[in-house]
Amino acid sequence: MSHSHLELTGVGIDFPTDKGLYRALQNVNLRIDKGEFVSLIGHSGCGKSTVLNIVAGLYQATTGGVILDGREVDEPGPERAVVFQNHSLLPWLSCYQNVELAVRQVFRNSKSRGEMRDWIEHNLELVHMMHAKDKRPSEISGGMKQRIGIARALAMQPKVLLMDEPFGALDALTRAHLQDSLMEIHAELGNTVIMITHDVDEAVLLSDRIVMMSNGPAASVGEILHIQLQRPRERIALAHDARYHEYRAAVLEFLYQKQQRPAA
Amino acid sequence: MSNPSVATPITETLKTARSSALLKRWAPPLILPLLGIIGFLLCWQLVANNIQTSLGQFPGPVQVSEQFSGLVSAHLREREKARVFYERQDTRNAALLAKNPDAEVKVRPYTGKPTFVQQIFTSLYTVMAGFAIASLIAIPLGIVCGLSKTIYTAINPLIQVFKPVSPLAWLPLVTMLVSALYVSDDPLFAKSFLTSAITVALCCLWPTVINTTVGVASIEQDLNNVSKVLSLSPLSHVRRIVLPAAVPMIFTGLRMSLGTGWMVLIAAEMLAQNPGLGKFIWDEFQNGSASSLGRIMVAVIVIGLIGFALDRLMLLLQRQFSWDKNAVLR
Repeated sequence: MSHSHLELTGVGIDFPTDKGLYRALQNVNLRIDKGEFVSLIGHSGCGKSTVLNIVAGLYQATTGGVILDGREVDEPGPERAVVFQNHSLLPWLSCYQNVELAVRQVFRNSKSRGEMRDWIEHNLELVHMMHAKDKRPSEISGGMKQRIGIARALAMQPKVLLMDEPFGALDALTRAHLQDSLMEIHAELGNTVIMITHDVDEAVLLSDRIVMMSNGPAASVGEILHIQLQRPRERIALAHDARYHEYRAAVLEFLYQKQQRPAA
Repeated sequence: MSNPSVATPITETLKTARSSALLKRWAPPLILPLLGIIGFLLCWQLVANNIQTSLGQFPGPVQVSEQFSGLVSAHLREREKARVFYERQDTRNAALLAKNPDAEVKVRPYTGKPTFVQQIFTSLYTVMAGFAIASLIAIPLGIVCGLSKTIYTAINPLIQVFKPVSPLAWLPLVTMLVSALYVSDDPLFAKSFLTSAITVALCCLWPTVINTTVGVASIEQDLNNVSKVLSLSPLSHVRRIVLPAAVPMIFTGLRMSLGTGWMVLIAAEMLAQNPGLGKFIWDEFQNGSASSLGRIMVAVIVIGLIGFALDRLMLLLQRQFSWDKNAVLR
């Protein structure tokens, strides 16, 4: 039997509604290797977030299951850190304290106070936020908040980093900066990442694989696209790369021809 | 060269500009409320002059202020009397001890009638005790109700039924319970104090319970998810996420509770003849002298001012404790 790092097998989920059970996902199968960067893309409502929440353990799959490093996922935990779409920092804590909360929780038995401080500062440096470490979330911009959210997730030293449209609420320029930062961090740490996105360029630029999801109800994995672009990737160089445009076209074709929304 | 015929108008203009700026700056916060108060006092005096009661003319602001200084000087006289009493007692005891070191000396407390000022402090002390009891029960109860829909559904009907009960309905029960259960030869607290404090607690429990419940139940799902991903224990979930997130609502509840408590206390003291401002009012009413109505009016105003001060105090605390410094608090 092969040992994938993260394995989703026959995952399906039902939600109770007024009209009975609604089958949101059906038979989602996915194998992700260690260090791989996988994007989930699809129309809104196709269950991308649901897949992520099942991997995070926030939802329980009705059928099938998730196995991470040979263990079944049945509850949320810091080894599957989540970067939430709207950052979800605790507004009463400073940036440093927000990261500290996570670090204390994960490393309370394995790191000393000094080591924890160094580790928190290291992670803040990774996302280039040391200058604002004592500011409250309300005092920094949306992009900065998302950087702190990423630092908090990275500081948990997760086996898998789950990102739920992390840059969806940001302007294009800030988004590009954060994408570059994320590529840098991924190159340095080699985390396994699952990212949900709406943005075709973002998916092609960042991913090793793009998982394109079919529309719900009973959404599932439609096609999987391997992005075989050399790393490190440079967005300006890629703009002139024919393969980049082919990948882009393939995703667009899937989204807008094969999976056209009946009433978009 | 200066030209006086030009310079004068400029300074004049500046002067008017300055005074109008001053007016604009201070009119809303200071001058308008002052105008309101003056207008009220004038109306009051006017109306009071035309009302005759069996206890004489209804007191206007002038008579009330006279009664106020009378009450204060009565308090000072009483304090002086107490001081003299203790001085006399001390010298007498010292003399006794000088004669015979083994002599048994008696120290008796001064037993004067409590003055208006002492009644104020009794009331404040009682309301704070009742409020503290209520808060200690209400905040944890509210948190539990906010966290668990099951418990909330079970307890909510009880809250809704007990919330509108008047303090005066509780009072006889509380009085009987306290005299039945609090039996002690050397009581730490007076029974009357306990009765008032518990009645206050029973009535000012509810705003805090309800507001805390709402505050806790309306915590963003994302923050709860953060807590789940971090695998926080239930206790640190409450301490790290729930309490700080609900602090603004908890304080809103506490402020309403303290306001309710203060109103309830006066009524309870009046009915139960427990020491405090309520008893002062009742005593004056029974007394029925020409100055009684004026004194009661003094008490009314003092009760209002203290209620206002308590509310400001809570607001100050709320500002201190709340993380959201941008929130508009009023």
